[in-house]
Amino acid sequence: MDLGPRLKAAYPKALATLIRLLGDFTAAEDALQDAVTRALEVWPDQGVPGEAAAWLVTTARRRHIDLLRHDRIEERHRRLVSENGAGDPAEATLFGDDMLRLVFTCCHPALAREAQTALTLRALGGLTVDEIARAFLVPPATIEQRITRAKRKIRDARIPYEIPERAEVEERQAAVLEVVYLIFNEGYLSTTGPELSRPDLSREAIRLARVLNRLLPAQAEAIGLLALMLLHDARRPARIGADGAFVPLDQQDRSLWITGMIAEGRALLDKIRAHENPGPYQIQAAIAAVHTSSPGETNWRKVARLYERLEMLQPNPVVRLNRAVAVSKAEGPEAGLSLLADLEASEPMQRYPYYHAARAALLADLGRVEEAASAYREALASTTNPVEQEHLRRKLRDLG
Amino acid sequence: MQYLLVIYDNPEYWARVGEAQMDATMRRHGEISDDLKKAGKFGGCGALMPPASATCVRRSGDKTTITDGPYAETKEQLGGYYVIEARDLDEAIAYARRLPLSDPGVCEIRPIRELD
Repeated sequence: MDLGPRLKAAYPKALATLIRLLGDFTAAEDALQDAVTRALEVWPDQGVPGEAAAWLVTTARRRHIDLLRHDRIEERHRRLVSENGAGDPAEATLFGDDMLRLVFTCCHPALAREAQTALTLRALGGLTVDEIARAFLVPPATIEQRITRAKRKIRDARIPYEIPERAEVEERQAAVLEVVYLIFNEGYLSTTGPELSRPDLSREAIRLARVLNRLLPAQAEAIGLLALMLLHDARRPARIGADGAFVPLDQQDRSLWITGMIAEGRALLDKIRAHENPGPYQIQAAIAAVHTSSPGETNWRKVARLYERLEMLQPNPVVRLNRAVAVSKAEGPEAGLSLLADLEASEPMQRYPYYHAARAALLADLGRVEEAASAYREALASTTNPVEQEHLRRKLRDLG
Repeated sequence: MQYLLVIYDNPEYWARVGEAQMDATMRRHGEISDDLKKAGKFGGCGALMPPASATCVRRSGDKTTITDGPYAETKEQLGGYYVIEARDLDEAIAYARRLPLSDPGVCEIRPIRELD
Protein backbone atom coordinates (compact mmCIF):
# COMPACT_ATOMS: atom_id res chain seq x y z
CA MET A 1 0.00 0.00 0.00
CA ASP A 2 1.42 3.38 -1.01
CA LEU A 3 0.78 5.78 1.85
CA GLY A 4 2.49 8.69 0.10
CA PRO A 5 -0.56 10.52 -1.31
CA ARG A 6 -2.66 10.06 1.84
CA LEU A 7 0.14 11.30 4.06
CA LYS A 8 0.92 14.20 1.75
CA ALA A 9 -2.71 15.31 1.78
CA ALA A 10 -3.02 15.04 5.56
CA TYR A 11 0.36 16.60 6.41
CA PRO A 12 -0.37 20.31 5.83
CA LYS A 13 -3.70 20.14 7.68
CA ALA A 14 -2.12 18.40 10.66
CA LEU A 15 0.84 20.79 10.66
CA ALA A 16 -1.36 23.89 10.60
CA THR A 17 -3.39 22.67 13.57
CA LEU A 18 -0.32 21.58 15.51
CA ILE A 19 1.32 24.95 15.03
CA ARG A 20 -1.74 26.58 16.58
CA LEU A 21 -1.86 24.09 19.43
CA LEU A 22 1.84 24.15 20.24
CA GLY A 23 2.46 27.76 19.26
CA ASP A 24 5.75 26.87 17.65
CA PHE A 25 6.60 25.89 14.09
CA THR A 26 9.61 23.70 14.82
CA ALA A 27 8.01 21.88 17.76
CA ALA A 28 4.97 21.17 15.57
CA GLU A 29 7.14 19.81 12.77
CA ASP A 30 9.14 17.59 15.11
CA ALA A 31 6.04 16.16 16.73
CA LEU A 32 4.39 15.60 13.35
CA GLN A 33 7.47 13.84 12.04
CA ASP A 34 7.17 11.35 14.89
CA ALA A 35 3.49 10.87 14.11
CA VAL A 36 4.29 10.24 10.43
CA THR A 37 6.84 7.60 11.42
CA ARG A 38 4.20 6.01 13.63
CA ALA A 39 1.67 6.13 10.77
CA LEU A 40 4.04 4.30 8.47
CA GLU A 41 4.32 1.55 11.08
CA VAL A 42 0.65 1.25 11.97
CA TRP A 43 -1.40 2.17 8.90
CA PRO A 44 -0.30 -0.71 6.64
CA ASP A 45 -1.76 -3.19 9.19
CA GLN A 46 -4.70 -1.27 10.62
CA GLY A 47 -5.65 0.67 7.51
CA VAL A 48 -5.64 4.43 7.00
CA PRO A 49 -7.95 6.09 9.52
CA GLY A 50 -10.93 7.97 8.10
CA GLU A 51 -9.69 11.27 9.50
CA ALA A 52 -6.01 10.84 8.69
CA ALA A 53 -5.10 14.42 9.63
CA ALA A 54 -6.90 14.21 12.96
CA TRP A 55 -5.13 10.92 13.71
CA LEU A 56 -1.79 12.59 13.01
CA VAL A 57 -2.65 15.55 15.25
CA THR A 58 -3.70 13.34 18.16
CA THR A 59 -0.64 11.13 17.83
CA ALA A 60 1.70 14.09 17.49
CA ARG A 61 0.23 15.86 20.51
CA ARG A 62 0.57 12.78 22.65
CA ARG A 63 4.15 12.42 21.48
CA HIS A 64 4.85 16.10 22.15
CA ILE A 65 3.52 15.85 25.71
CA ASP A 66 5.63 12.72 26.29
CA LEU A 67 8.70 14.60 25.17
CA LEU A 68 7.92 17.57 27.40
CA ARG A 69 7.47 15.28 30.39
CA HIS A 70 10.75 13.76 29.53
CA ASP A 71 12.42 17.14 29.34
CA ARG A 72 11.00 18.15 32.75
CA ILE A 73 9.93 21.54 31.49
CA GLU A 74 6.44 20.26 31.07
CA GLU A 75 4.70 22.51 33.56
CA ARG A 76 4.74 25.70 31.54
CA HIS A 77 4.21 24.06 28.19
CA ARG A 78 1.52 21.64 29.26
CA ARG A 79 -0.48 24.54 30.54
CA LEU A 80 -0.04 26.20 27.16
CA VAL A 81 -1.12 23.07 25.31
CA SER A 82 -4.22 22.57 27.44
CA GLU A 83 -5.21 26.23 27.23
CA ASN A 84 -4.94 26.31 23.48
CA GLY A 85 -6.24 22.81 23.06
CA ALA A 86 -9.75 23.43 24.36
CA GLY A 87 -12.06 22.02 21.72
CA ASP A 88 -11.65 18.86 19.79
CA PRO A 89 -8.90 18.95 17.20
CA ALA A 90 -10.45 15.95 15.50
CA GLU A 91 -13.11 18.15 14.00
CA ALA A 92 -12.32 18.44 10.33
CA THR A 93 -13.76 21.94 10.16
CA LEU A 94 -10.98 23.19 12.39
CA PHE A 95 -8.32 22.51 9.81
CA GLY A 96 -9.60 25.16 7.42
CA ASP A 97 -9.06 28.07 9.81
CA ASP A 98 -5.72 26.74 10.96
CA MET A 99 -4.47 26.42 7.41
CA LEU A 100 -5.66 29.90 6.52
CA ARG A 101 -3.78 31.31 9.53
CA LEU A 102 -0.69 29.47 8.42
CA VAL A 103 -1.01 30.76 4.82
CA PHE A 104 -0.89 34.31 6.09
CA THR A 105 2.08 33.55 8.33
CA CYS A 106 4.06 31.88 5.55
CA CYS A 107 3.39 34.78 3.17
CA HIS A 108 3.89 37.52 5.77
CA PRO A 109 5.52 40.56 4.13
CA ALA A 110 8.17 40.60 6.87
CA LEU A 111 9.63 37.42 5.33
CA ALA A 112 11.81 37.53 2.22
CA ARG A 113 10.17 36.33 -0.98
CA GLU A 114 12.41 33.28 -1.23
CA ALA A 115 11.54 32.32 2.33
CA GLN A 116 7.82 32.78 1.67
CA THR A 117 7.86 30.41 -1.31
CA ALA A 118 9.96 27.74 0.40
CA LEU A 119 7.90 27.89 3.58
CA THR A 120 4.58 27.82 1.71
CA LEU A 121 5.62 24.78 -0.30
CA ARG A 122 6.88 23.06 2.83
CA ALA A 123 4.08 23.87 5.24
CA LEU A 124 1.07 24.09 2.93
CA GLY A 125 2.17 22.03 -0.05
CA GLY A 126 3.60 19.32 2.19
CA LEU A 127 6.71 19.06 -0.02
CA THR A 128 9.94 17.81 1.50
CA VAL A 129 13.05 19.98 1.56
CA ASP A 130 14.60 17.76 -1.12
CA GLU A 131 11.58 18.12 -3.38
CA ILE A 132 11.61 21.91 -3.06
CA ALA A 133 15.35 21.99 -3.74
CA ARG A 134 14.95 19.91 -6.89
CA ALA A 135 12.13 22.10 -8.11
CA PHE A 136 14.16 25.30 -7.70
CA LEU A 137 17.40 23.65 -8.84
CA VAL A 138 19.30 24.68 -5.72
CA PRO A 139 21.08 22.50 -3.16
CA PRO A 140 18.84 21.12 -0.36
CA ALA A 141 21.05 22.88 2.20
CA THR A 142 20.02 26.24 0.70
CA ILE A 143 16.32 25.47 1.07
CA GLU A 144 16.87 24.07 4.55
CA GLN A 145 18.62 27.29 5.52
CA ARG A 146 15.88 29.51 4.07
CA ILE A 147 13.22 27.58 5.97
CA THR A 148 15.20 27.53 9.22
CA ARG A 149 15.85 31.27 9.03
CA ALA A 150 12.19 31.99 8.25
CA LYS A 151 11.02 29.91 11.19
CA ARG A 152 13.53 31.67 13.45
CA LYS A 153 12.27 35.05 12.31
CA ILE A 154 8.64 34.00 12.89
CA ARG A 155 9.61 33.07 16.43
CA ASP A 156 12.00 35.95 17.24
CA ALA A 157 10.02 38.80 15.73
CA ARG A 158 6.79 37.12 16.83
CA ILE A 159 5.00 37.02 13.49
CA PRO A 160 1.49 35.98 14.52
CA TYR A 161 -0.44 32.92 13.38
CA GLU A 162 -3.50 34.94 12.62
CA ILE A 163 -5.89 36.01 9.96
CA PRO A 164 -5.05 39.69 9.43
CA GLU A 165 -7.39 42.44 10.52
CA ARG A 166 -9.98 43.52 8.02
CA ALA A 167 -8.16 46.73 7.11
CA GLU A 168 -5.19 44.75 5.89
CA VAL A 169 -6.73 41.51 4.74
CA GLU A 170 -6.97 42.54 1.10
CA GLU A 171 -3.35 43.61 0.86
CA ARG A 172 -2.23 40.45 2.63
CA GLN A 173 -4.37 38.25 0.39
CA ALA A 174 -2.76 39.83 -2.63
CA ALA A 175 0.63 38.83 -1.20
CA VAL A 176 -0.53 35.23 -0.77
CA LEU A 177 -1.78 35.03 -4.36
CA GLU A 178 1.48 36.54 -5.56
CA VAL A 179 3.49 33.81 -3.83
CA VAL A 180 1.34 31.11 -5.42
CA TYR A 181 1.66 32.68 -8.88
CA LEU A 182 5.41 33.01 -8.41
CA ILE A 183 5.63 29.30 -7.64
CA PHE A 184 3.59 28.57 -10.76
CA ASN A 185 5.77 30.72 -12.98
CA GLU A 186 8.94 29.25 -11.55
CA GLY A 187 7.66 25.91 -12.81
CA TYR A 188 6.24 27.23 -16.07
CA LEU A 189 9.05 29.48 -17.26
CA SER A 190 12.20 27.87 -16.02
CA THR A 191 15.13 30.07 -16.92
CA THR A 192 17.88 27.78 -15.73
CA GLY A 193 16.83 24.22 -16.50
CA PRO A 194 17.65 22.42 -19.71
CA GLU A 195 14.00 21.70 -20.43
CA LEU A 196 11.53 24.50 -20.96
CA SER A 197 9.43 23.77 -17.92
CA ARG A 198 9.47 21.81 -14.70
CA PRO A 199 5.96 20.46 -14.26
CA ASP A 200 6.03 19.85 -10.55
CA LEU A 201 6.01 23.43 -9.29
CA SER A 202 3.17 24.45 -11.58
CA ARG A 203 1.11 21.52 -10.39
CA GLU A 204 1.90 22.40 -6.77
CA ALA A 205 0.83 26.00 -7.36
CA ILE A 206 -2.48 24.83 -8.82
CA ARG A 207 -2.97 22.55 -5.84
CA LEU A 208 -2.23 25.45 -3.46
CA ALA A 209 -4.67 27.67 -5.35
CA ARG A 210 -7.37 25.01 -4.94
CA VAL A 211 -6.69 24.96 -1.19
CA LEU A 212 -6.88 28.78 -1.11
CA ASN A 213 -10.18 28.73 -2.96
CA ARG A 214 -11.59 26.42 -0.34
CA LEU A 215 -10.25 28.68 2.42
CA LEU A 216 -11.22 32.00 0.86
CA PRO A 217 -14.45 31.17 -0.93
CA ALA A 218 -15.92 33.72 -3.31
CA GLN A 219 -12.71 35.73 -3.57
CA ALA A 220 -12.83 36.70 -7.22
CA GLU A 221 -9.08 37.22 -7.55
CA ALA A 222 -8.29 33.84 -5.97
CA ILE A 223 -10.67 32.19 -8.44
CA GLY A 224 -9.15 34.25 -11.25
CA LEU A 225 -5.67 33.07 -10.34
CA LEU A 226 -6.72 29.41 -10.35
CA ALA A 227 -8.43 29.88 -13.74
CA LEU A 228 -5.36 31.63 -15.12
CA MET A 229 -2.99 28.85 -14.07
CA LEU A 230 -5.30 26.10 -15.35
CA LEU A 231 -5.65 27.77 -18.75
CA HIS A 232 -1.88 28.20 -19.07
CA ASP A 233 -1.00 24.77 -17.82
CA ALA A 234 -3.54 23.15 -20.17
CA ARG A 235 -1.38 24.26 -23.09
CA ARG A 236 1.86 23.01 -21.67
CA PRO A 237 2.06 19.70 -23.60
CA ALA A 238 1.96 21.71 -26.84
CA ARG A 239 4.60 24.28 -25.86
CA ILE A 240 7.55 22.08 -26.79
CA GLY A 241 7.82 20.40 -30.19
CA ALA A 242 9.18 16.93 -30.90
CA ASP A 243 12.64 18.49 -31.43
CA GLY A 244 12.51 20.07 -27.96
CA ALA A 245 12.05 23.57 -29.38
CA PHE A 246 9.57 26.15 -28.10
CA VAL A 247 6.33 26.26 -30.12
CA PRO A 248 4.56 29.64 -30.22
CA LEU A 249 0.85 29.72 -29.43
CA ASP A 250 -0.38 30.12 -33.02
CA GLN A 251 1.56 27.06 -34.17
CA GLN A 252 0.72 24.73 -31.30
CA ASP A 253 -0.96 21.38 -31.91
CA ARG A 254 -4.26 22.03 -30.17
CA SER A 255 -5.06 18.34 -29.91
CA LEU A 256 -2.35 18.21 -27.25
CA TRP A 257 -4.09 20.74 -25.03
CA ILE A 258 -5.65 19.30 -21.88
CA THR A 259 -9.32 19.96 -22.52
CA GLY A 260 -10.46 19.18 -18.99
CA MET A 261 -8.27 21.94 -17.57
CA ILE A 262 -9.46 24.42 -20.18
CA ALA A 263 -13.08 23.60 -19.41
CA GLU A 264 -12.48 24.03 -15.69
CA GLY A 265 -10.67 27.33 -16.19
CA ARG A 266 -13.47 28.69 -18.37
CA ALA A 267 -16.13 27.52 -15.93
CA LEU A 268 -14.35 29.32 -13.09
CA LEU A 269 -14.23 32.49 -15.15
CA ASP A 270 -17.95 32.27 -15.89
CA LYS A 271 -18.57 32.03 -12.17
CA ILE A 272 -16.93 35.41 -11.50
CA ARG A 273 -17.93 37.20 -14.69
CA ALA A 274 -20.40 39.31 -12.73
CA HIS A 275 -17.59 41.30 -11.13
CA GLU A 276 -17.53 44.84 -12.41
CA ASN A 277 -13.96 45.69 -11.54
CA PRO A 278 -11.94 42.59 -12.28
CA GLY A 279 -8.47 42.44 -10.76
CA PRO A 280 -5.29 41.58 -12.66
CA TYR A 281 -5.60 37.79 -12.32
CA GLN A 282 -9.14 37.79 -13.67
CA ILE A 283 -8.11 39.92 -16.63
CA GLN A 284 -5.13 37.70 -17.41
CA ALA A 285 -7.33 34.61 -17.14
CA ALA A 286 -9.83 36.20 -19.54
CA ILE A 287 -6.97 36.79 -22.00
CA ALA A 288 -5.82 33.18 -21.64
CA ALA A 289 -9.41 32.05 -22.25
CA VAL A 290 -9.61 34.00 -25.51
CA HIS A 291 -6.45 32.22 -26.62
CA THR A 292 -8.15 28.85 -26.21
CA SER A 293 -10.84 29.66 -28.77
CA SER A 294 -10.79 27.90 -32.15
CA PRO A 295 -7.75 28.44 -34.39
CA GLY A 296 -7.96 31.51 -36.59
CA GLU A 297 -10.82 32.85 -34.52
CA THR A 298 -8.85 34.61 -31.81
CA ASN A 299 -10.58 37.88 -31.06
CA TRP A 300 -7.50 40.10 -31.02
CA ARG A 301 -9.50 43.27 -30.49
CA LYS A 302 -10.83 41.79 -27.27
CA VAL A 303 -7.32 40.73 -26.23
CA ALA A 304 -6.00 44.23 -26.96
CA ARG A 305 -8.82 45.75 -24.88
CA LEU A 306 -8.11 43.41 -21.96
CA TYR A 307 -4.40 44.29 -22.06
CA GLU A 308 -5.26 47.97 -22.09
CA ARG A 309 -7.30 47.43 -18.92
CA LEU A 310 -4.50 45.40 -17.37
CA GLU A 311 -2.00 48.13 -18.16
CA MET A 312 -4.15 50.61 -16.26
CA LEU A 313 -3.97 48.36 -13.18
CA GLN A 314 -0.38 47.26 -13.65
CA PRO A 315 1.50 49.80 -15.72
CA ASN A 316 4.68 47.94 -16.54
CA PRO A 317 6.77 47.29 -19.65
CA VAL A 318 5.87 43.58 -19.94
CA VAL A 319 2.14 44.35 -20.05
CA ARG A 320 2.81 47.07 -22.61
CA LEU A 321 4.78 44.59 -24.71
CA ASN A 322 1.91 42.07 -24.71
CA ARG A 323 -0.57 44.80 -25.46
CA ALA A 324 1.54 45.96 -28.42
CA VAL A 325 1.57 42.41 -29.83
CA ALA A 326 -2.23 42.11 -29.48
CA VAL A 327 -2.75 45.52 -31.09
CA SER A 328 -0.50 44.57 -33.99
CA LYS A 329 -2.64 41.48 -34.62
CA ALA A 330 -5.83 43.54 -34.46
CA GLU A 331 -4.71 46.66 -36.32
CA GLY A 332 -1.47 45.79 -38.07
CA PRO A 333 2.28 45.85 -37.33
CA GLU A 334 2.57 49.64 -37.57
CA ALA A 335 0.20 50.20 -34.64
CA GLY A 336 2.06 47.60 -32.58
CA LEU A 337 5.45 49.15 -33.27
CA SER A 338 4.29 52.59 -32.21
CA LEU A 339 3.19 51.18 -28.83
CA LEU A 340 6.60 49.56 -28.48
CA ALA A 341 8.37 52.86 -29.09
CA ASP A 342 7.84 53.90 -25.45
CA LEU A 343 9.80 50.86 -24.29
CA GLU A 344 13.02 51.77 -26.06
CA ALA A 345 14.22 53.68 -23.01
CA SER A 346 13.36 50.86 -20.61
CA GLU A 347 16.54 49.23 -19.38
CA PRO A 348 14.98 45.92 -18.26
CA MET A 349 13.36 45.58 -21.68
CA GLN A 350 16.76 45.81 -23.34
CA ARG A 351 17.69 42.63 -21.49
CA TYR A 352 14.32 40.94 -22.20
CA PRO A 353 14.45 38.53 -25.14
CA TYR A 354 10.69 38.67 -25.84
CA TYR A 355 10.84 42.43 -26.37
CA HIS A 356 13.50 42.12 -29.07
CA ALA A 357 11.79 39.08 -30.63
CA ALA A 358 8.41 40.85 -30.78
CA ARG A 359 9.98 43.94 -32.36
CA ALA A 360 11.84 41.75 -34.81
CA ALA A 361 8.66 40.00 -35.92
CA LEU A 362 6.83 43.30 -36.46
CA LEU A 363 9.76 44.78 -38.38
CA ALA A 364 9.91 41.64 -40.54
CA ASP A 365 6.17 41.98 -41.28
CA LEU A 366 6.83 45.51 -42.51
CA GLY A 367 9.68 44.24 -44.73
CA ARG A 368 12.34 46.04 -42.66
CA VAL A 369 14.59 42.96 -42.84
CA GLU A 370 17.88 44.54 -41.71
CA GLU A 371 16.34 46.01 -38.57
CA ALA A 372 14.49 42.74 -37.91
CA ALA A 373 17.73 40.74 -38.13
CA SER A 374 19.49 43.05 -35.72
CA ALA A 375 16.56 42.80 -33.27
CA TYR A 376 16.66 38.98 -33.45
CA ARG A 377 20.38 39.10 -32.71
CA GLU A 378 19.70 41.22 -29.64
CA ALA A 379 17.05 38.73 -28.54
CA LEU A 380 19.57 35.89 -28.92
CA ALA A 381 22.09 37.76 -26.82
CA SER A 382 19.62 38.22 -23.99
CA THR A 383 18.50 34.64 -23.33
CA THR A 384 20.39 31.72 -21.81
CA ASN A 385 17.62 29.17 -22.41
CA PRO A 386 18.93 26.80 -25.13
CA VAL A 387 15.43 25.92 -26.37
CA GLU A 388 14.58 29.58 -26.86
CA GLN A 389 17.93 30.27 -28.51
CA GLU A 390 17.25 27.56 -31.07
CA HIS A 391 13.83 29.04 -31.81
CA LEU A 392 15.37 32.49 -32.36
CA ARG A 393 18.16 31.17 -34.59
CA ARG A 394 15.55 29.58 -36.80
CA LYS A 395 13.66 32.87 -37.03
CA LEU A 396 16.85 34.63 -37.99
CA ARG A 397 17.59 32.07 -40.74
CA ASP A 398 14.02 32.37 -42.04
CA LEU A 399 14.58 36.09 -42.66
CA GLY A 400 16.93 35.01 -45.44
CA MET B 1 7.21 41.58 23.77
CA GLN B 2 9.22 44.77 23.31
CA TYR B 3 10.15 46.23 19.96
CA LEU B 4 12.48 49.04 19.03
CA LEU B 5 11.17 51.21 16.20
CA VAL B 6 14.15 52.95 14.64
CA ILE B 7 13.38 55.87 12.38
CA TYR B 8 15.79 56.63 9.55
CA ASP B 9 15.10 60.07 8.15
CA ASN B 10 16.11 62.11 5.19
CA PRO B 11 17.34 65.37 6.78
CA GLU B 12 17.02 67.23 3.47
CA TYR B 13 13.32 66.46 3.49
CA TRP B 14 12.76 68.02 6.89
CA ALA B 15 14.81 71.06 5.85
CA ARG B 16 12.42 71.52 2.91
CA VAL B 17 9.06 71.21 4.67
CA GLY B 18 7.31 74.24 6.08
CA GLU B 19 6.45 75.09 9.66
CA ALA B 20 2.85 73.90 9.36
CA GLN B 21 3.96 70.40 8.39
CA MET B 22 6.58 70.39 11.12
CA ASP B 23 3.86 71.22 13.67
CA ALA B 24 1.59 68.49 12.29
CA THR B 25 4.45 66.02 12.52
CA MET B 26 5.13 66.87 16.15
CA ARG B 27 1.41 66.63 16.97
CA ARG B 28 1.28 63.18 15.39
CA HIS B 29 4.22 62.01 17.49
CA GLY B 30 2.42 63.37 20.55
CA GLU B 31 -0.76 61.45 19.68
CA ILE B 32 1.11 58.20 19.11
CA SER B 33 2.99 58.53 22.42
CA ASP B 34 -0.26 59.31 24.24
CA ASP B 35 -2.00 56.30 22.70
CA LEU B 36 0.92 54.08 23.65
CA LYS B 37 0.92 55.42 27.21
CA LYS B 38 -2.83 54.95 27.59
CA ALA B 39 -2.50 51.36 26.36
CA GLY B 40 0.41 50.74 28.74
CA LYS B 41 2.66 50.01 25.78
CA PHE B 42 5.02 52.97 25.93
CA GLY B 43 8.67 52.20 26.66
CA GLY B 44 10.21 55.55 25.72
CA CYS B 45 10.96 57.56 22.61
CA GLY B 46 13.32 60.26 21.46
CA ALA B 47 14.09 62.58 18.59
CA LEU B 48 17.81 62.79 17.90
CA MET B 49 19.96 65.85 17.25
CA PRO B 50 21.31 66.06 13.67
CA PRO B 51 23.90 63.48 12.52
CA ALA B 52 26.57 66.20 12.57
CA SER B 53 26.36 66.13 16.39
CA ALA B 54 27.29 62.44 16.51
CA THR B 55 30.46 61.02 18.04
CA CYS B 56 31.70 57.45 17.57
CA VAL B 57 33.70 55.45 20.10
CA ARG B 58 35.23 52.59 18.15
CA ARG B 59 37.06 49.57 19.42
CA SER B 60 39.70 47.78 17.41
CA GLY B 61 41.71 45.18 19.31
CA ASP B 62 42.95 46.77 22.53
CA LYS B 63 42.60 50.30 21.22
CA THR B 64 39.69 52.65 21.48
CA THR B 65 39.43 55.66 19.18
CA ILE B 66 37.08 58.56 19.28
CA THR B 67 35.92 59.99 15.96
CA ASP B 68 33.55 62.63 14.74
CA GLY B 69 30.36 62.06 12.81
CA PRO B 70 28.00 59.28 11.94
CA TYR B 71 29.24 55.91 10.84
CA ALA B 72 28.12 56.05 7.21
CA GLU B 73 27.30 58.72 4.68
CA THR B 74 23.85 57.65 3.55
CA LYS B 75 20.79 59.56 2.47
CA GLU B 76 18.76 58.23 5.38
CA GLN B 77 20.10 58.95 8.84
CA LEU B 78 19.11 57.72 12.25
CA GLY B 79 16.66 60.36 13.45
CA GLY B 80 14.63 58.95 16.31
CA TYR B 81 13.28 55.89 18.08
CA TYR B 82 10.42 54.39 20.03
CA VAL B 83 10.45 51.47 22.44
CA ILE B 84 7.04 49.86 22.48
CA GLU B 85 5.35 46.83 23.98
CA ALA B 86 3.35 44.89 21.39
CA ARG B 87 1.45 41.60 21.26
CA ASP B 88 3.17 40.56 18.04
CA LEU B 89 4.87 41.93 14.93
CA ASP B 90 1.57 42.92 13.32
CA GLU B 91 0.75 45.23 16.22
CA ALA B 92 4.23 46.76 16.04
CA ILE B 93 3.78 47.26 12.29
CA ALA B 94 0.45 48.99 12.92
CA TYR B 95 2.17 51.57 15.18
CA ALA B 96 5.07 51.99 12.76
CA ARG B 97 2.65 52.71 9.92
CA ARG B 98 1.27 55.65 11.87
CA LEU B 99 4.68 57.30 12.33
CA PRO B 100 5.25 60.47 10.32
CA LEU B 101 8.28 59.56 8.21
CA SER B 102 10.23 61.70 5.80
CA ASP B 103 9.79 60.88 2.11
CA PRO B 104 11.77 58.79 1.44
CA GLY B 105 12.14 57.46 4.95
CA VAL B 106 12.09 54.14 6.73
CA CYS B 107 11.23 52.70 10.11
CA GLU B 108 13.05 49.52 11.08
CA ILE B 109 11.29 47.27 13.58
CA ARG B 110 13.54 45.17 15.79
CA PRO B 111 12.35 42.82 18.49
CA ILE B 112 14.22 43.38 21.75
CA ARG B 113 15.82 40.29 23.19
CA GLU B 114 14.32 39.16 26.45
CA LEU B 115 16.97 38.54 29.07
CA ASP B 116 16.02 36.50 32.10
